[in-house]
Amino acid sequence: MSSRRIFARPARFAAIAPYVWMALFFLVPFAFVLKISLSQTAIAQPPYEPVFDLTAGWDALRAAFAALSIDNFKLLVSDDIYVFAYVRSLTVALTATALLLLIGYPIAYGMARLPKSWQAVAMVLVIVPFWTSFLIRIYAWINILQHDGLLNQILLALHLVGQPVVWLSTDSAMYIGIVYSYLPFMILPLYATLAKMEPALEEAAGDLGAPPWQVFWLVTFPLSLPGVGAGVLLCFIPIVGEFVIPDLLAGSNSLMIGQTLWLEFFTNKDWPVASAAAIVLLLVLLVPLLLYERLQKRQLEQGR
Amino acid sequence: MRKVSRLSRFNVASLALGLAFLYLPILILVIYSFNASRLVTVWGGWSLRWYHEFFNDRAMIEAAWMSFRVAVSSATIATLLGTLAAVALSRGERFRGRTLFSGMLYAPLVMPEVITGLSLLLLFVALNAERGFWTVTIAHTTLTMCFVAVVVQSRLGSLDRSLEEAAMDLGCDPVRAFLSVTLPLIAPAIVAGWMLAFTLSLDDLVIASFTTGPGSATLPIRIYSEVRLGVKPEINAICTLVIALIAVVIVIASLASKLSSSQGESAAPL
Repeated sequence: MSSRRIFARPARFAAIAPYVWMALFFLVPFAFVLKISLSQTAIAQPPYEPVFDLTAGWDALRAAFAALSIDNFKLLVSDDIYVFAYVRSLTVALTATALLLLIGYPIAYGMARLPKSWQAVAMVLVIVPFWTSFLIRIYAWINILQHDGLLNQILLALHLVGQPVVWLSTDSAMYIGIVYSYLPFMILPLYATLAKMEPALEEAAGDLGAPPWQVFWLVTFPLSLPGVGAGVLLCFIPIVGEFVIPDLLAGSNSLMIGQTLWLEFFTNKDWPVASAAAIVLLLVLLVPLLLYERLQKRQLEQGR
Repeated sequence: MRKVSRLSRFNVASLALGLAFLYLPILILVIYSFNASRLVTVWGGWSLRWYHEFFNDRAMIEAAWMSFRVAVSSATIATLLGTLAAVALSRGERFRGRTLFSGMLYAPLVMPEVITGLSLLLLFVALNAERGFWTVTIAHTTLTMCFVAVVVQSRLGSLDRSLEEAAMDLGCDPVRAFLSVTLPLIAPAIVAGWMLAFTLSLDDLVIASFTTGPGSATLPIRIYSEVRLGVKPEINAICTLVIALIAVVIVIASLASKLSSSQGESAAPL
């Protein structure tokens, strides 16, 4: 038997503890979300009807199953607030991801063109903000965007506007916040593929007479598609469920689904509806999530 | 010659603008935390007044202490579990339930936090667990161990496996080969993983809001409730302190990964 296979046996045992942990704290909780999404709202503490009581025997269990209802899901589909929230979440996430790609690509491209020793520095500089608190970075923007904040002061001083512009509680502020927060997630995978690209390919295309934009569209961009895919998924999925950024920067007249879920849960104390909203959100994100997992697996387990 | 001019003016400009965009807001926040004026937008000279205010704010200090304890405990458990998971995935070859295992580890990386938070809360309520320090710690461990696993796994993937095989050919049993050859080589990635887990836990608002109980707010929860009421100079000071703490952590982590890259291929950042 090769030493690689002998090594593999105890390595497999290493999976036991994290496996049990993730099953218990990641997988099992979804069963509860599903169960509670199917139960009735009750004015109680906790505010839903009790979970199955397995000691009560078969009949009670069957009765509990009979009591399950899809009313909460019907509510989600029929109530405009939720439908709008899902549509808005997807629109915001798509727009923001497109913006991120447009802004992130030139930066990643510039990084990949730097001399090797500078690339490491640039990478650290891009990663550092990712380590800084999300909340703090959004707060930093509230400072800048508020009525008498720095942005308005500059715009007024340059006579670009006659009076202060309202930035806070607008979609522009939200997009600024999202792009700012997620930019490292877009840049890093793009940079990873662009840096690995053989520069000779672009040079060859240029030597054969292709103008720079054609070199980019026919050579560089198609070769960077794996990075584009990773960056897009890494941004799109969490943005759909984003809560903090729209809550602090966007107006309160149109909510994203993360916000409605939060409201149902913390303000209305309607746990069943919040659970149903979570299930629907999960279903909406199922395809991108599966795509992301395949990509991640390929990157970590095969591509070396 | 094309080869010489690889870095065009456009490349430099986009890089410079991008980095300015990333750093200026934080820089402004830090500068204004030393502002003597109560009005956040009027510069009233340098002062440590708001730091003073923070250190006299008992509720804030308590929240900061709670966050710190949660971050240290959850990062430590997450590093242990995440490293084990990474070893199983990159050295365990095929095993039963492997697909589910890697799926469970990769999904939380992008899963919207409202979903993770809500589902964990419902579990804790069903288990009748008292919500507070431990529930938040468990929740953060669940999220951050996935990040640790990815960091360590990418380091393990770039290691030369003939090293541990050589150790075994020379008579080490697998556990010994792992402890004396593999572990020292991945140690920098493990350190970096701990640091990442620590800062992620320190940052988290959404999952902590769901899983904590009354009377045990974390720092982000307190900051959030203040920020909702508007900009306060004291918050600038707190944020600056958090940034300083994270900066120290980053320096340590980057020293660790420098150590790691001098021993071989550099570890992936994420």
